[in-house]
Amino acid sequence: MANKISDETIEEVGILAKLELTEQEKKDAKADMEKMLDYIDTLNELDTEGIEPMSHVFPLNNVFREDIVTNGDGSLDTLANAPLKKDNSFKVPKTIG
Amino acid sequence: MDITSMTAATLGKRIKARELSAVEAVKAYLGQIEKVEGDIRGFVTVDREGAVKRAEEIQKKIDDGTLSGPLAGVPAAVKDNLCTENMRTTCSSRMLENFKPAFTAEAVKRLEKAGVIIIGKTNMDEFAMGSTTETSFFGATRNPWNLGHVPGGSSGGSCAAVAAEECAFALGSDTGGSIRQPSAFCGVTGIKPTYGTVSRYGLIAYGSSLDQIGPVAKDVTDCAVILEAIASHDPKDSTSMKRESYDFTSALVDDVKGMRIGIPTDYFTEGLDEEVKKHILKVAEVLKEKGAVVEEFDLSLVQYAIPAYYVIASAEASSNLSRFDGVKYGYRTPEYEGLHNMYKKSRSEGFGPEVKRRIMLGSFVLSSGYYDAYYLKALKTKALIKQAFDRAFEKYDVILAPAAPTAAPKLGESLKDPLKMYLGDIYTISVNLAGLPGISIPVGTDQEGLPVGMQIIGPCFHEDRLLRAAYAYEKTRAYERPAIVKKGGDR
Repeated sequence: MANKISDETIEEVGILAKLELTEQEKKDAKADMEKMLDYIDTLNELDTEGIEPMSHVFPLNNVFREDIVTNGDGSLDTLANAPLKKDNSFKVPKTIG
Repeated sequence: MDITSMTAATLGKRIKARELSAVEAVKAYLGQIEKVEGDIRGFVTVDREGAVKRAEEIQKKIDDGTLSGPLAGVPAAVKDNLCTENMRTTCSSRMLENFKPAFTAEAVKRLEKAGVIIIGKTNMDEFAMGSTTETSFFGATRNPWNLGHVPGGSSGGSCAAVAAEECAFALGSDTGGSIRQPSAFCGVTGIKPTYGTVSRYGLIAYGSSLDQIGPVAKDVTDCAVILEAIASHDPKDSTSMKRESYDFTSALVDDVKGMRIGIPTDYFTEGLDEEVKKHILKVAEVLKEKGAVVEEFDLSLVQYAIPAYYVIASAEASSNLSRFDGVKYGYRTPEYEGLHNMYKKSRSEGFGPEVKRRIMLGSFVLSSGYYDAYYLKALKTKALIKQAFDRAFEKYDVILAPAAPTAAPKLGESLKDPLKMYLGDIYTISVNLAGLPGISIPVGTDQEGLPVGMQIIGPCFHEDRLLRAAYAYEKTRAYERPAIVKKGGDR
């Protein structure tokens, strides 16, 4: 049972993934994804009825701790990596009209 | 004295005994890098001046007795997805080409505290996504045993650098086999510890529920010593486990009498290279002669590990890599119209094809309408795989398996067919899904002269068993060095 990925699905996934794909990349992504999903579909051979999904191998719980500041002011080091900055802030395009 | 051919533990002992200094050690490795790096290309960044300066500081601390551990003064390299303050950390991606972290990863910090001198950052598949180190933005690393072949991946730079003796040891990370498979391809030893053993703080995340940092070195003893230095319970990593014991070196005993070793018959079927198979079965014989009880058994579910892995790892990657948006750090496209266009263009230009492929797949399997069919199904499969291993470990102390179905493929062969490349991880991937520890050690070479690696897998928190079995086997054969390090003029 071959998977078919529609143009709309690729558009939708592009939006979710925040990627802008060229027409060729979209075509390739479709073919890639169809092939991968066909392969992933082999999982359907497995009876997983009543099996709890396992997100972690160990029974982890939320780990809480007091919110104590242990680091100093690293704002300048952090800002040093900004692609664009202005007045000790990250500079971004206008977000509200 | 041939410094670069020594194991890390031997080098550490010589430095401690004042037979040589940390500065001499660093200079010897920098000299080797000078000699072979043009061929190997295992490094993204080499910090020559910084390394010598740090070696001088470390030597002072050794002299005044502040530093006396087994790794004090030993030069090492770390994979370029481990954050290092003041040394760029690229993940071998255009996205992070100029990224200088404001902090150092906990595992690296622990090495620094032990007096290890970090001389550089090693090449990898972009964001650790790949099995050959060919998806690196900076170009492929070459296998020291044959420059026409890949070193494996994603920690290919770390493993090639250790094999080519450009550093005494290295750190790698392993999400689906990324320490064990390149260790096998490069003829070195590497461990993926039990999930939660080494803090992931400062490791740039790929698949958070699968990622573990581990050592790559010339032998089993080094791996145990390094693991002892980097393993810790770290409150900064909420998945870090508090283990009962952080002693790994006591397991280095040449005795496997009565050890129950299981060989999964379903690992020795179609797809496994005949020569690799012969090598692994020969190792089983050796261990049997040493008193181990070796038995074949059926592990089951082997063929489902890779599809489950690609769903889970891609899903986690699509979420983890959403932080790269061109705002706070990393690549930003020069031209854009508005915020969303800036995000999209920056990501599309900053990430390479394999990374984009996995982000797309991950976004798809998590999207509404497909989440249950793919993501939840994969998590249920993971639970079944864990159960299969639990059952196996009721009967066996360790499992013996190949590390990879073949020796290292030729450069340029793997990326043409991603699915085929993914299948090369068949023996390593389930270990990550089940959170288990696994070690890869060299067991010989094939007819082409390429190394073959064997994997030993143990139950969670039982690194001691794999170290012991690996150590006992290692005692029966001498470490083999690639020709590229043997032909040097000063040897």
